[in-house]
Amino acid sequence: MPGAAQLSIQAECTGSAEMALLRVQGLRKRFPVTSGVLRRRTGHIHAVDGVDFEIEVGESLGLVGESGCGKSTTGRMLACLDEPDEGRILLTEDDGSEVDIAQLDTRGMTRFRRRVQMIFQDPYESINPRRTVFETISESLGIHRMGGLRYREERVSQMLARVGLTPPESFMLRYPHELSGGQRQRVAVARALILQPQFVVADEPTSMLDMSIRASIMELMSGLARELGVAYLYITHDLAVARYMCDRIAVMYLGKIVETGRTEQILSDPAHPYTQALLSAVPIPDPSLPPPELRITGGVDKAIDPPPRCRFLDRCPQAVDICSTADHPPLQDTGGGRLVACYLTTDREG
Amino acid sequence: MELRTPPHLEAEVPAEQRLPLLEVDGLVVRYTTDAGDVSAVEDVSFSLSGGEAMGLVGESGCGKTSVALSLLRLAPENASYPSGSIRWEGVDILGMSSEEVRRLRWSEMSMVFQGAMNAWNPVYRVGHQIREAMDQHFEPRLTAVEADRRLAWLFELVGLDKVTADRYPHELSGGMRQRALIAMALSCEPKLVVADEPTTALDVIVQAQILRELKDIQTDLGLAILYISHDMAVIAQVTDILAVMYAGKLVESGPTREVFRHPRHPYTHLLLSSVPSVVGPRRPPVCLDGVPPDPLDPPSGCRFHPRCPLATRRCRQEEPPLEPVGPEHLVACWHSAEMSGMGESRLDVKVSGG
Repeated sequence: MPGAAQLSIQAECTGSAEMALLRVQGLRKRFPVTSGVLRRRTGHIHAVDGVDFEIEVGESLGLVGESGCGKSTTGRMLACLDEPDEGRILLTEDDGSEVDIAQLDTRGMTRFRRRVQMIFQDPYESINPRRTVFETISESLGIHRMGGLRYREERVSQMLARVGLTPPESFMLRYPHELSGGQRQRVAVARALILQPQFVVADEPTSMLDMSIRASIMELMSGLARELGVAYLYITHDLAVARYMCDRIAVMYLGKIVETGRTEQILSDPAHPYTQALLSAVPIPDPSLPPPELRITGGVDKAIDPPPRCRFLDRCPQAVDICSTADHPPLQDTGGGRLVACYLTTDREG
Repeated sequence: MELRTPPHLEAEVPAEQRLPLLEVDGLVVRYTTDAGDVSAVEDVSFSLSGGEAMGLVGESGCGKTSVALSLLRLAPENASYPSGSIRWEGVDILGMSSEEVRRLRWSEMSMVFQGAMNAWNPVYRVGHQIREAMDQHFEPRLTAVEADRRLAWLFELVGLDKVTADRYPHELSGGMRQRALIAMALSCEPKLVVADEPTTALDVIVQAQILRELKDIQTDLGLAILYISHDMAVIAQVTDILAVMYAGKLVESGPTREVFRHPRHPYTHLLLSSVPSVVGPRRPPVCLDGVPPDPLDPPSGCRFHPRCPLATRRCRQEEPPLEPVGPEHLVACWHSAEMSGMGESRLDVKVSGG
């Protein structure tokens, strides 16, 4: 497991059993829905609705779900690009204390930006087209006043070599339009990792890329995670990608986490009906296997002021009476490090 | 290249449909640009019969979309066809007048593009736009009542509520727009649908629903579908025949199952090994390093040789011809014999592209 070494060091240093790098508690974000010419507020989309999870040092957590489930909003809040309405995001400092990232002052924010970075989905939009590769990657070194020009050139050159853009000299002064999609995403990875952050939010970093390039970006990111001890929140809709990139998976549906657990555990024995449905939809690259029976109908709705009952009820093939009368089920420990939010599972186990 | 109707369809399909609908023969597509002439498609041949689903795969820029656009004569204005032919039921499409091409589109051959939003006119309701396509292209002309009935049937076929017809494109989700686009593509009873990355922008569940619907429609209506995609997992699930393109050339083709089980071109092999899967043993996907060649200056010999782990001097000097290696299985590689010894477990083979 990547980061296991750092993990034990961290535990020794702080002398506590608490090894989480990041703890998210009761995170909520709502967006107003407006209608008509007067743009009156007619309701709220509950994009993220009471989300809790932890990420350990050097661990990669996959946040998986369909568009509109709130996974990107969660990622943006963790990278401090969106402000939560409620809840806390606690980042563990090197001395073992925790800071709530919503309470950071300017100096705290500068420190935070050194420790937490983001990689976006679209390498065509996330990189300034008027800046050279060197300017793009070295910008954060400048902001944090790290070294002179020669030092920065050396660092960028090393980073370019590490992300596979070789020889580095030939890439330094190029502009984004001179690069392919895969090369741009390598620049984005280099930019995110040049400050050696502890935590990176990666929002669908490979979904815009060709299948053949996807594998090399995945390998690059997991290799760097092992080398630098970076923890990832890896946001994806593709369970096949999550399988290779993530130690643990959290499945999200309409603002709620419905299941979390170790990656192999979730893929080999999904407990929540939604996880089962999501898994049954993943295309299998083997024409001799029949496609699995699709266990879901319909598409995702928007969570506009949803009733308190289970969010998945309308699409759930297994729903029973309690699902429509009781509140949205809480996440419950079903053993082996897995949490599931479903009355059927808790009934089955209990 | 001779591609026959898959055996399971042979019994139901009338004899005339078993003749190839579409025959592409030695197609060359060239674009005139400021930097010089770019050859996007170089000597590509294949044929497709009624009821068949074929996949045309390869990386971005390999020429697969140029082939697709040429089939419907939709290639950009700077495209030219120095040689080769595309025959639709025996008639050369490249030699048709624009009026003849117009009659062919929609009613014989239609297309589903990848950006579902861009394909719609934002100011008209989707039902109106589909009816317009039927007014223009359906023969014989439908009465208003017949058109209404057909619209309702189409929406049911693609799994949309018929009230969707009264909505504007922006009011629909990406999945619904893509379904409506498929309904439009089927509106004039075409024999062939060209689907260029039909589900790439969609979520997995919606993708699975649409692919299964397309498969059912294909079987029920005896439709031929040409899928253009870079996603080998999708191709595995929906096609009977597979053609792999690299840098404008066809490098391997054959029955999908056979090509997946025994890929005989190193490029196909690497492409297949680069696909992550949720089933089977957990192995990291193999990286296909390097980039496709510059189309302005393609490499000598085999175009894949700079990225190929098996490349030898012959590969750098002589271009391998597309030759049969098994029933309906064609490969253009000097090392295809070595590839055959690699067995079924493709991921066991340690070929890393430099």
